[in-house]
Amino acid sequence: MSLQVMLSQLSAGMVTTILIFVLTLLFSLPLGLIISFGRMSENFLIRNIAKIYISIMRGTPLMLQLLVVYFGPYYIFGISISSSYRAYAVIIAFSINYAAYFAEIYRGGIESMPDGQYEAAKVLGYTKNQTFFKIILPQVVKRILPSVTNEVITLVKDTSLAFSIAYAEMFTIAKSIAASQKSMIPFVAAAIFYYVFNFFVASLMEFWEKKMSYYR
Amino acid sequence: MKKLMEMNHVKKSFDGNEVLKDISLSVEEGEVVSIIGPSGSGKSTLLRCATLLETMDAGDLIYLGEKAAKDENGKTVYVKNNELKRIQQQFGLVFQNFNLFPHYSVLKNITDAPIHVQKREKEEVLFEAKTLIEKMGLSDRADYYPCQLSGGQQQRVSIARALAMKPKILFFDEPTSALDPELTGEILKVIKELAREKMTMVIVTHEMNFAKDVSNRMIFMDQGVIVEETTPEQMFQSENQRTREFLGQYHNLG
Ligand SMILES: Nc1ncnc2c1ncn2[C@@H]1O[C@H](COP(=O)(O)OP(=O)(O)O)[C@@H](O)[C@H]1O
Ligand SMILES: [Mg+2]
Repeated sequence: MSLQVMLSQLSAGMVTTILIFVLTLLFSLPLGLIISFGRMSENFLIRNIAKIYISIMRGTPLMLQLLVVYFGPYYIFGISISSSYRAYAVIIAFSINYAAYFAEIYRGGIESMPDGQYEAAKVLGYTKNQTFFKIILPQVVKRILPSVTNEVITLVKDTSLAFSIAYAEMFTIAKSIAASQKSMIPFVAAAIFYYVFNFFVASLMEFWEKKMSYYR
Repeated sequence: MKKLMEMNHVKKSFDGNEVLKDISLSVEEGEVVSIIGPSGSGKSTLLRCATLLETMDAGDLIYLGEKAAKDENGKTVYVKNNELKRIQQQFGLVFQNFNLFPHYSVLKNITDAPIHVQKREKEEVLFEAKTLIEKMGLSDRADYYPCQLSGGQQQRVSIARALAMKPKILFFDEPTSALDPELTGEILKVIKELAREKMTMVIVTHEMNFAKDVSNRMIFMDQGVIVEETTPEQMFQSENQRTREFLGQYHNLG
């Protein structure tokens, strides 16, 4: 296999990896917000369901969760798994897992907001929705950005866990080429890719944090 | 004289600790009422009940003859939320620690609620905000963020923010207590100017000279009750033991 062929196969994997990354964030960020509301709910049942959910998601390996999501429909319900489900399983498992981490980050941010902001908004007549989306959330986002950055960087690396269900993203492809070609090059290429990807993500987040530093 | 606000027989407890014990208070149009009293006497709680930030246990709350809350057999019952929202437009509150929105500029802090809550014409709101900003001496600060302002400037923004809603009555909870002594003067000046313009105000304050100057009526609260309610002149010549003791702590009375 020529280097060119190797790299072109790897680059297909890169695109898949980036796609997993983007879709996971797209679903887990809003889902995390909803779960954080559940976690802070005044309803005992909802609050505790959210609490247990978060505890399980954070307390068990992501790889195991991925396997359960992928094989679960077959082992539990006897539904045969089509190969296209593999991609869905990856996105579902990653999204519900990351949503749990994001939920706790949101909660920390929301609970750190001073009461005075809610009270000022209330006296001015803002509705609950306006208060949350105009006054509270923008400030929460600024507060939690550093923790979100940490999670997002971890996610870039965690995408490689998709290899456990043989989903053809960057790492799975690198591993199989390395085995068949008896070469280290794919691993080196993969390492460079993850590093550059993360460097890019970190720079983006840093830029965003800087942009938000116009106020305290 | 038109009665703008009325509280009748208000009671409020926090976990069994009665903080307001049968408080009645009414404010007429154009009046400036100061509330003084030792810390913990229930002054903030009273303002917070009046501004719907706290729910009363018993008693009525009435704005311009419209009941926001009514006592029914010793228990306060509030009117429906949409009615409360409307009544809420009658008053404003200036907080001790400003509570400005840090992510909004001075101008947006002042204009956002009139535009998005009251749904008023943007042009008109912006125009009025400019006038308010000028009046508060902040003309060169409209695009600044709260963190770039001094405490005194922040408090002036928060007064402008409250005024932009065109309230009929404005409450102040120790508006200068979070400020360095050299900055309190500028806020007191602004409030005095509002008093000259016949803005109806209820002011909780520890600035005795200011209270004496600015108010038509003073209320001395202690341990959840109104001990005395009278003109500033009479308040400072009170024969009441508790009033004298309290006022005695302020030696700088001129
Ligand atoms: N949210 C609350 N929960 C419990 N106790 C409170 C609460 N708010 C006020 N209090 C108590 O009520 C009393 C009166 O407080 P406050 O109205 O703030 O007095 P003031 O403003 O005159 O200093 C104090 O003893 C205070 O501890
Ligand atoms: Mg107080």
